Amino acid sequence: MIAVLRKELASWFASPLAWVVMALFLALSGFYFYTNLSFFLLNGGFDLTRGLWQYQFVDLLQRNFFLLPLVTMRLFAEERRHGTLELLWTYPLRDAQIVLGKYLAALIVFALMLAGTAVHPLLLLPSGAPVAAGPLVAGYLGLFLVGAAFLACGTFVSSLTDSQVLAAAATYTLLVLFWALTWNEFAVGAPVLWILSGLSLFDRFYTFARGGIDTRDVVFLLLFAAVFLAWTLLALGARRWRGVR
Amino acid sequence: MIEVAHLVKTFGDLAAVDDVSFRVEPGECVGFLGPNGAGKTTTMRTIAGIFPPTSGTVRVAGHDVVREPDAARRALGYFPEHAPFYPELTVEEYLVFVARAKRLPRAARPHTVARALAACDLGAVRRRLVGTLSKGFRQRVGLAQALLGDPEVLVLDEPTAGLDPTQKREIADLVLSLRGRRTVLFSSHVLPEVAQVAQRVVIVDRGRVVAEDAADALASRLGGSSTLRLRADAPADALCGVAAAVPGVLRAAVEGERVRVEIADEEARAAVSRAVTARGWTILELAGEAPTLEEVFLRLVGGGRETAGTPAREDGARLDPPPAGTEGSPGRGGVA
Repeated sequence: MIAVLRKELASWFASPLAWVVMALFLALSGFYFYTNLSFFLLNGGFDLTRGLWQYQFVDLLQRNFFLLPLVTMRLFAEERRHGTLELLWTYPLRDAQIVLGKYLAALIVFALMLAGTAVHPLLLLPSGAPVAAGPLVAGYLGLFLVGAAFLACGTFVSSLTDSQVLAAAATYTLLVLFWALTWNEFAVGAPVLWILSGLSLFDRFYTFARGGIDTRDVVFLLLFAAVFLAWTLLALGARRWRGVR
Repeated sequence: MIEVAHLVKTFGDLAAVDDVSFRVEPGECVGFLGPNGAGKTTTMRTIAGIFPPTSGTVRVAGHDVVREPDAARRALGYFPEHAPFYPELTVEEYLVFVARAKRLPRAARPHTVARALAACDLGAVRRRLVGTLSKGFRQRVGLAQALLGDPEVLVLDEPTAGLDPTQKREIADLVLSLRGRRTVLFSSHVLPEVAQVAQRVVIVDRGRVVAEDAADALASRLGGSSTLRLRADAPADALCGVAAAVPGVLRAAVEGERVRVEIADEEARAAVSRAVTARGWTILELAGEAPTLEEVFLRLVGGGRETAGTPAREDGARLDPPPAGTEGSPGRGGVA
């Protein structure tokens, strides 16, 4: 598993796409931090320790939403296109090790991207502005967990195709679906809405953004990721049994 | 050792491999021959553990590939057709990854990678990206990953495909150097290539084994060639007329300054030679053409079989024989 993980990281950092995605993420998150901070300073009177970060984390989540499918699209699609996946299958590696190695590599890339945004609270410190640890910890945990769910979804989609573009596009479609599930709340009955809001990834995030950690949300997001990784395993297994590349 | 027993592999309704059995003894190098679509690649992929057999068993170094996949794969080096690669890694990075994926002990890795680089003559390009290498080098990178860790069993799927003659020779030499030390299954659809390196040959067609014999035994069974190329210090037209009149000659035709003579048996070859010298001409060339795989097949299965037109998929699956009258028609190779 470590072998696959290290190879994935090497491949990722060798591609120009990696640097474009990471630079874009950091540039955008910096821009949003600047606008959010200006907004709070100019309007004044808001709760800077929580309110600022609530805005900032929701903005970051939306950047993740656009950029993370670009991280996962190549995981399996590229191996299938190059025919290297079948070579992996001739090594003493289990499918679970291949899937986990690739997924963890994507998680590490994502964690590095998030770590880059940690300069924002640090920038506030010298100015004497109030920075509380609580909302930050909750917000980053939420971002990481929702991101982990996005990445698992993207990993699964990537295992279904040998086209990276298709993998990214289909991942967006799925994520949009999970985002928009509860928008139409008046069009559906209460029981349906209850199920839909249970599935919505984004509703789960708002508690974290407000500085709260609900274990139900944590468990849900971890389960969400686990289910998609399990489906990835099944998808690989199915390809093997059918003997198609 | 490789043991394949009653192997069947179907893709939907297509039986790519249909009850194939053979063994490769330890230290033996066996050539695996057959036209495209005969089931070679499917058989080799099953041995490599890429997909499980529909029925039958495959053992690598005594380990069942389905029940003990890890043990079987540890004993195996596989070279896939068209040597796949990660274009963004350097040769050395790639081999280090393979060494890790093969679970070679950490301490042994640098030495193992260095040995594989040396064995495949890749030292000069070890820091180059695999994607920028020429086909011959990429093929060698593919061989290096198979050889890495000195697996007991090597399964090489058309390692010489698409290479120039010098490169083919180098690969053949490399395989020859493994003879006696490793168990090798080597596939090709070109007979002379296999005859160069293999002690024994297994010939498959349409998912079945049609012949299995020692390489020299097979050659003598095939009894030399049936086509001669003749050149003498005489006009080709006159030479052709003389050759055509010799008993045992089936057909003679002018080809540039040479005459192509099809003969029924070896006696006819001597008769052609005598007839030409009897005219006072000097024979400059009288060469038998190496039998093509098609000729081998015709002899093995009793003639009258069309092999070239068998609709076949590249991945080894095949369709039923075409209806009479459509044999050999182009464009039937795909799957509807």
